[in-house]
Amino acid sequence: MNLSKSARWGLTAITGIVLIFIYFPLLVILINSFNASKVFSWPPTAWTTDWWTKAATNDGVRAALLTSIKAGVGATLIAIVLGSMVAFAVARYDFFGRDSISFLVILPIALPGIITGIALNASFNTVLVPLGISFGLFTVILGHATFCIVVVFNNVVARLRRTGTSLEEAAMDLGAGPFQTFRDVTFPAVRSALVAGALLAFALSFDEIVVTSFTAGPGVETLPQWIFNNLFRPNQGPIINAVAAALLLAFIAPVYLAMRMSDGPGRVVQVGAEP
Amino acid sequence: MSAVTTEPMTSPPSGGSSSGSAFLYRHPRLRLTGLLTAPMLWLGVLYLGSLAIMLIAAFWSTDEFTGQLIKTPTLKNFHTLLTGQVYWVVALRTLGIAVAVTLIDMVLAVPIAFTAAKVVKSRGLRYALVIAVTMPLWAGYLVKGYAMETMFINNGVIDWMLAPLGLKGPGLGIPATVFSLAYLWLPYMILPIYAGLERLPDSLMEASADLGASAGKTFRGVVLPMIVPSLIAGSIFTFSLTLGDYIMVKIVGGTTQMFANIIYDNVGVANNLPLAAAAAVFPITVIVIYLLAVRRSGALENL
Repeated sequence: MNLSKSARWGLTAITGIVLIFIYFPLLVILINSFNASKVFSWPPTAWTTDWWTKAATNDGVRAALLTSIKAGVGATLIAIVLGSMVAFAVARYDFFGRDSISFLVILPIALPGIITGIALNASFNTVLVPLGISFGLFTVILGHATFCIVVVFNNVVARLRRTGTSLEEAAMDLGAGPFQTFRDVTFPAVRSALVAGALLAFALSFDEIVVTSFTAGPGVETLPQWIFNNLFRPNQGPIINAVAAALLLAFIAPVYLAMRMSDGPGRVVQVGAEP
Repeated sequence: MSAVTTEPMTSPPSGGSSSGSAFLYRHPRLRLTGLLTAPMLWLGVLYLGSLAIMLIAAFWSTDEFTGQLIKTPTLKNFHTLLTGQVYWVVALRTLGIAVAVTLIDMVLAVPIAFTAAKVVKSRGLRYALVIAVTMPLWAGYLVKGYAMETMFINNGVIDWMLAPLGLKGPGLGIPATVFSLAYLWLPYMILPIYAGLERLPDSLMEASADLGASAGKTFRGVVLPMIVPSLIAGSIFTFSLTLGDYIMVKIVGGTTQMFANIIYDNVGVANNLPLAAAAAVFPITVIVIYLLAVRRSGALENL
């Protein structure tokens, strides 16, 4: 587009301002995690690394971290299996109701989390509890897996559509059966998309709080829940800040990696539009 | 070679393949069934079944003394919600906040998406820009919520920035809630618009310029109509996420209540699952009406 120099400059300036708008609050958290003050104060006048040490040795934080990792791993494993199965079915077969299935997969993330949360809460209460299965880590994993499936599905289905079927047909023509074709041709082609989907699914689960609070049993506290519960307690501010700063840094590498490995950085929220 | 066959061999593959593999090869419907059974049990039975149970539970009630569920169908919950003035106030406030958040995100997202898709020439820089706006999506909801609290709290960062001008920030309340939600959902708006602009051929804008339209006129007459489906796709996210949010308003909203707080409090503190389930019908209805209204625009393809 032939934009005038001033329009070009204007757009670049707005882009810069929006980027500052996005990153400045996060930078404040990083800086403030070294603020020596015991209560919230800005700007910092003295510095310390105490809060980082205190956060790292806090029993509540460590227990919550472990719970979050367990929930994330469990949900991601289920999402990998189910998400790639649907992706193969949708990308490689033509059948009645295919569009409805794509829609069904994105529904848990298109509806607000509180709807998914309360629906699962109601059904666990009516079905699982009478069977003697009480709310706990298991129910959290069930809930997380439900909305993690879409992330794996998106990444894998995009890759399957992009790679087409010609290589698989060639393998079959050369005498490979379905299992061998899958192992030697299909799987290597989708491997990086699968890893990207898995990383993003884990990130999604690790960060989730709404569905978690409706499906967790007493005594089960994930890291986001720990932050939320401590947000309204006195004197916990600096430790929360250090935990938040640590999470911020911990997220950068895996998410960046996942974006490089998937077929487009915008893939996460896009479904079905690409050929 | 005299003939090349494009069809896969019809005889079962031999040599090294198991008989199970050969059997599956001959039965594609069986392969499809195998692929779909487990996911459909999960999403179709567990998830849709849960939604159905929730909708049924909306017609139940709870015993006021024992807190036990009474599973006799009643319209009591809907009557309570429709006649309670506070529910109407909160519902309208929530819709207002959702509209404000959506508009703010559109205004912020269009220039940055346009810059990334059409102004930046280098591929690497474009990619870096898209990653830069997507990364915060994964930075952690509560981390961002906490960040917003440090911005808006009394004597927080915004007050500090405005102090030299002799001004004070809005503090915790509805403006802080609107701004924080817009901050949280911004990437959801940028990405569909970016994708829409990327599909828009440059030649259309060049043709418009050749025919004498100014950049502003080209934007209004050519670019904007073409990205309407993207704007709607983004607004589905900003709208749906805002209607379902009860946490950010607790952190930065002061005493403000949003509709999802009614749902949350009835499940937790009040232990009235049926009333919460009935209240959940409101955001579902709004979103379903929204989805039906925009279905024809092609926006769902951009989701």
